[in-house]
Amino acid sequence: MKGSVPFGFAGLSALCALAVLAGCSDIPLLEPKGPIGAAELSIISVATVLMLIVVIPVTVMALWFALRYKASDPKGDYAPKWSHSRKIDLIVWLVPSVIVTALGILSWKETHRLDPFKPIDSAARQINIEVVSLDWKWLFIYPDLNIATVNQLVFPANVPVSFRITSDSVMTSFFIPQLGSQIYAMSGMQSRLHLLADKPGIYFGQNQQFSGRGYSDMNFNVSVTSPKQFDAWVQKARQSPDKLDRTRFNELSKPSIGFPVTSFSWVEDDLFDDIMNKYRSPMGEEQISFRPKTSAAGKH
Amino acid sequence: MFGKLSLSAIPFGNTIAMSAVSGALVLALVILAMITYYGRWTYLWKEWLTSVDHKRIGVMYIILALVMLLRGFSDAILMRLQQAMAAGTSHGFLHSGHFDQIFSAHGSIMMIFMAMPFLVGLMNIAVPQQIGARDVAFPFMNALSFWLTAAAALLVMVSLGVGEFSQAGWFGYAPLTELQYSPGSGVDYWIWSFQIAGIGSLMTGINFIVTILKMRAPGMNLMRMPIFVWTTLFTNVLMIFAFPVLTVALALITFDRYLGMHFFTNTLGGNPMLYVNLFWIWGHPEVYILILPAFGVFSEVVATFSGKRLFSYRSLVYATGAITVLSFSVWLHHFFTMGAGADVNAVFGIATMLIAIPTGVKTFNWLFTMYRGRIRFTTPMYWTLGFLTTFAIGGMTGVLVSLPPADFVLHNSLFLVAHFHNVLIPGSLFGFFAGYVYWFPKVTGFPLNEMWGKRAFWCWMIGFYLAIMPLYVLGLMGMPRRMEHYANLAWQPYLVVAAIGTAVILLGIIFQITQLAVSIRQRHDTRDLTGDHWNGRTLEWATSSPPAIYNFAIIPIVHDIDAFEDMKEKGIAYTRPERYHDILIPRNTSKGFISGALAFVFGFSMVWYIWWLAILSAIGILFTVIARSMDDDVEYIIPAAEVERIEDERHRKFPSIASDSPA
Repeated sequence: MKGSVPFGFAGLSALCALAVLAGCSDIPLLEPKGPIGAAELSIISVATVLMLIVVIPVTVMALWFALRYKASDPKGDYAPKWSHSRKIDLIVWLVPSVIVTALGILSWKETHRLDPFKPIDSAARQINIEVVSLDWKWLFIYPDLNIATVNQLVFPANVPVSFRITSDSVMTSFFIPQLGSQIYAMSGMQSRLHLLADKPGIYFGQNQQFSGRGYSDMNFNVSVTSPKQFDAWVQKARQSPDKLDRTRFNELSKPSIGFPVTSFSWVEDDLFDDIMNKYRSPMGEEQISFRPKTSAAGKH
Repeated sequence: MFGKLSLSAIPFGNTIAMSAVSGALVLALVILAMITYYGRWTYLWKEWLTSVDHKRIGVMYIILALVMLLRGFSDAILMRLQQAMAAGTSHGFLHSGHFDQIFSAHGSIMMIFMAMPFLVGLMNIAVPQQIGARDVAFPFMNALSFWLTAAAALLVMVSLGVGEFSQAGWFGYAPLTELQYSPGSGVDYWIWSFQIAGIGSLMTGINFIVTILKMRAPGMNLMRMPIFVWTTLFTNVLMIFAFPVLTVALALITFDRYLGMHFFTNTLGGNPMLYVNLFWIWGHPEVYILILPAFGVFSEVVATFSGKRLFSYRSLVYATGAITVLSFSVWLHHFFTMGAGADVNAVFGIATMLIAIPTGVKTFNWLFTMYRGRIRFTTPMYWTLGFLTTFAIGGMTGVLVSLPPADFVLHNSLFLVAHFHNVLIPGSLFGFFAGYVYWFPKVTGFPLNEMWGKRAFWCWMIGFYLAIMPLYVLGLMGMPRRMEHYANLAWQPYLVVAAIGTAVILLGIIFQITQLAVSIRQRHDTRDLTGDHWNGRTLEWATSSPPAIYNFAIIPIVHDIDAFEDMKEKGIAYTRPERYHDILIPRNTSKGFISGALAFVFGFSMVWYIWWLAILSAIGILFTVIARSMDDDVEYIIPAAEVERIEDERHRKFPSIASDSPA
């Protein structure tokens, strides 16, 4: 039976079809709009190249050996008892080990450098945003500006954004693909995320972790603006008749799908911490967390 | 009287679910009617349902796996159709609750009710014969394991027509699975089906470890065991260490849901992160439970069809052992994005990468087994080559997502979905298909049709690339998994391609069904009388096809890794022994089937809060097991004369074998 040549064709034709498709559309993760996303993309690229050192020979050898030694028309010699070679053993253990060591070093360094909890070094003053994941919408509180929005995130370009993230429902994941790193939102706990956008633009944000009925619609707009535009937007938000006190929040937190973009001109003090603290044990125990130091939101 | 169960539990309004239910019911009725018409009930009961023969149980496991494959694949078709349609303002044809049930069922079924029964079935068929044994160590427990698995699978099927299945994904993260967020019967179906099947798997693990360690033929020391036996051993070690964690995790969520406790709730000190950890402490080894036996099959297939010894046997054994140990130290990579510190993430990330080393070694061993061989391009070899060329890509993307910073953007995206399908379809499923074709003639006495097998292979292979590769791109485009509809129109073309790929795979499945039908019809012309259809190298090919109930009339003595090849070379493979002995065989029993049936009733009544029935069925199971352990008459003797008659008949049918025998 001849047969193995088409193995390559099947794969190739599928990949070609994809490449054609890929040519006509944007691929956000390959075109990051901020340093975090860019660093993550470069890690993906470096690792892919390193691994191709093994993957390409494996594919080539599989096809080449299969063709060369096919019983119906063999080209090479036949050694039915040959089953050991110190040299080959050494190479097949060593080469993957060396690659994994290289990747391991890369992983250790980059995992520490890109820890989402770690603030971004920048001359610009960071902007603080508190994120509350609700069923099925996102609430963004700007504590320093005392305004809030639902399903719309606005911040200026080239300013590090420091997110404090929690959930008032199930576990979700806060993610803006063009900017990099996602992180889970969990009730009673605070996750941290630091992002920065290089360029102004309209991006999309979403919940990346399935969370029930309204999951598919749990998206938000991200507007990255110039500083001037941002100030204008803040002024506009301050004009909103809607104010976010605890009663309004309780209403907001009820499950809903496709909640419209909303602004609040005023937010009650400590709302974020209260949302988090209501899930903490009534016995006054510390919430168990990977990071007890930051989990209590600085309210020890 | 009936707990929460009422007529309103039946989703009359849901056309898709109802047509699936009626289809399944009609099919079941047709099968039952045919059994009745042909008067096969006694045969079915005596020879199959009550059987404790590992070969019969193996076949039943594989039938279950294939039926559940059809169900799981139907779910895949619905999902792919929905996502191909539901772009922009369109919401497709499935409402979100139904879509959520479908992806939850797809994952649950493919992992627990397709892959697990498939691999346990292959183990049952091959392992005792490969080690020169007459059965597994605990034949009744083997039957019990099977019937528990079947009961659990039936529970999942019933959820289609009575109530609903879980809408919280196959890994059922708390607190979404808590009563507050999922009040319906779906999560309960998921809990009880996993729980019952999990206990079955745990018993399988115990059974096969004891079988392999205690029942090998004389001369077969550990380093002479076929690689499939090694991978089975490691798989079962994984099972007995991993499954109890699942059992506990599910028990705790059960306490939360049924007794108002707070292990994983948001409030009152519950901790959902604990559930996530517990689940993946089982869930990650589970991935290796699925893949190691397939690696074993590939090892057997590649050696047989290269006509050559397996390259670097020791390396393969150590590599498998390394994977087994490492698989328990990587679970956290399923949630790098939960916010563990950089130290924790990096350590688990690097541990995950380490697994790539032994896996790479194994791949090279298979390649060098082909090197300087004489490769016969049979269907099992096709699946193996398909695996070798495709799996490497999945392995590569796996190492990618093991880098925490890369995972931060790829996690929960379709890239991840593409990755694990790219590992599990070529890695596990192709291996199971290879094993299915490879051992089919051993079990039935006739081979599967090669032409249809190859056609099926090509459809699977091309369909796989079309269905899975676009998902990688979609992941890079930022598309999350499990979207019931989406606004971004740029995603749609890729999802259409993926749907076309699924259609091509469907064609492959149709060809596999055709293959089975054609092969059965041609069986009289293709019957294999030698017992060694493929010119095999290991002991299972020394028995007749299908094997006699006792497998080996005389337990062979092993001198080599390729024990049967060694016997053939020495010319003693078919030597007729001077005399035969009485053989002790475990007696069939209905108690495995009854326990399984009661386990189903128990699971069903727990789902619907029918307490009296749950208590009754639990007591019933207890009594059945006690009754079984009180029963001393569990074996019978096949007299030497009868053995001689059976063996002589085999030799008579195959004259060249008979001529082998000494004067």
